[in-house]
Amino acid sequence: MSELTYGQVDRDILRAMEAPGRLYYIVFLLNLLVLAWGAFAWRYQIVHGMGVSGLTHPVMWAIYITNFVFWVGIAHSGTLISAILYLFRVRWRAGVYRTAEAVTVFALFTAGLFPLIHLGRPWFFYWLLPYPQLGGLWVNFRSPLVWDVFAVMTYMIISMLFFFTGLVPDVAVVRNRTRGWRHRLYAFLAQGWQGTDRQWRHYKAAYLFLAALATPLVISVHSVVSWDFAQSIVAGWHSTIFAPYFVAGAIHSGLAMVITLLIPLRRIFRLNAYVTQSHLENLAKLIILTGLIVGYAYIVETYIAWYSNNVPEWQRFTFQVTGEYAIPFWIMILFNSLVPLLFFVKRIRTSTPWLFGIAILINIGMWTERFVIIVTGLAHEYDPYSWGLYFPTWVDISITLGSFAWFFFWFLLFAKLLPVVSIAEVKEELPPPMKTVGDEA
Amino acid sequence: MTRPSTGIVGSFRYLDTLLAAIARLRQAGYRDLQALSPVPHHAIDEALHKPASPVRVFTLIGCLLGAVTGFVLTIATSLHYPLITSGKPIVSIPPFLIIVFELTILFGGLLTLGGMLLNARLPQVHTVPAYDPRFSEDRFGLWVRCAVTDFDAVARLLESAEAEGVHRVEK
Repeated sequence: MSELTYGQVDRDILRAMEAPGRLYYIVFLLNLLVLAWGAFAWRYQIVHGMGVSGLTHPVMWAIYITNFVFWVGIAHSGTLISAILYLFRVRWRAGVYRTAEAVTVFALFTAGLFPLIHLGRPWFFYWLLPYPQLGGLWVNFRSPLVWDVFAVMTYMIISMLFFFTGLVPDVAVVRNRTRGWRHRLYAFLAQGWQGTDRQWRHYKAAYLFLAALATPLVISVHSVVSWDFAQSIVAGWHSTIFAPYFVAGAIHSGLAMVITLLIPLRRIFRLNAYVTQSHLENLAKLIILTGLIVGYAYIVETYIAWYSNNVPEWQRFTFQVTGEYAIPFWIMILFNSLVPLLFFVKRIRTSTPWLFGIAILINIGMWTERFVIIVTGLAHEYDPYSWGLYFPTWVDISITLGSFAWFFFWFLLFAKLLPVVSIAEVKEELPPPMKTVGDEA
Repeated sequence: MTRPSTGIVGSFRYLDTLLAAIARLRQAGYRDLQALSPVPHHAIDEALHKPASPVRVFTLIGCLLGAVTGFVLTIATSLHYPLITSGKPIVSIPPFLIIVFELTILFGGLLTLGGMLLNARLPQVHTVPAYDPRFSEDRFGLWVRCAVTDFDAVARLLESAEAEGVHRVEK
């Protein structure tokens, strides 16, 4: 990036924010249609009751909780790239972190909907929060579901703070170049930013501390999500490996999602100088790491099911591998732990079509993983009398599709309204303009 | 001592000439300097002899406050409506630590933001008179607060330090 100048950076990144073409509007409208269909399905479920979804005894947690865990997981890689790599001073993060952070925020918008969709009476959602009420009843702080409320809400607030704080110097650049309602929007987001030494000093300090706070937070959030399962006594869920297993899986799926979104983004907005092939290659290398951890977790689960000599545990395992949900199980093994090993080959991890294809497969695999964990656990509990299967209805499927449309709705708005690459941080990575060459400060 | 609201702003194309100008002005006795730049740079802070940011104190206070809130919220509400679940003690510290942890992070983050806004004097409705949009793009600015009587001397100093442009703010 050394041949770039500050002015060139402004021009290139702001070019992505010019008025969109017809294709953008077509995609946006199609996406809105899917979103509207999903909203209609949710309305249908509220009016007619939870019976219209495929949820029934014994599988009372299924595709909605799968979606919840999946989207919380997608959020994790954004914080990894923006906060953890920031603390480690990884230079290549500047080109990709804004997109990754946007993925975090929007994935949490999506994840946050699912506990509400899963409520039979969503208008009582505030019962999840501790608030003084007439009966003197409070939430049960010993319940993992309440930990989840606190963890996910904290995560959502902190990642939004991090996202908007990171945007401030960039929107100040945009503010200076726009007129009308756009100018008012960016002036509000920039909060009067002028880049004085005082502002920068406090800003950098605050950014560092937000990164330092977000790092342990991100580890805690998916651990807490995993405890929703691990704290119960369901065979296949009650396991101490769940927290690290879920965190690694979350980052695995999130990295795949970031690659899936960055590849079209850099091509459409011609940002090849900022999001380079080596960025994508580095993400692919991280995927090798998380894929190996996930593969290790699969092996340990299998081993424990056998070594524990516990009948329900082993029965559930054989059901998972050979039963009605065997196809999703083998998809999960293949896509999450075997296919990513292809990234060991340099030719594959540097080829855009391969990267894109494998990232899509990992997305599918990770969604399937959550489905397999949740549904096979409940479908095959201790008493054979209460075994049963789950199949989604049109309502479950429509709401799931709608959630993807909801995510892309926000992402499409972001791609046109905000700088998709951090202007200030890219400039920071460039050598500052010097009159005397070779006298670098 | 009241600070003069008048002053001179010089714009610079290069970082090293800006740093040299800061050193010269400080040598000539002008200490009320403010740099404007598109990117943060440690060399600017060092040249201006600015102390470290106190935002970290806000973060610490926020984290402590969050931890205390977490303990009080979980313990007090459990004692207020003592309902035994799963045979666990009413005050079960291990699960409560999760709430404590989350609130520590949440309050720490919120106060960090508050500390930054307070110290950086944000939000601001009006930009300072010295501000020029180019200082967010590819130029460095140096805002020297001084009395009108000093204008010529400061302008000469800035120009001899290779400022591209010198702009007087007289109100």
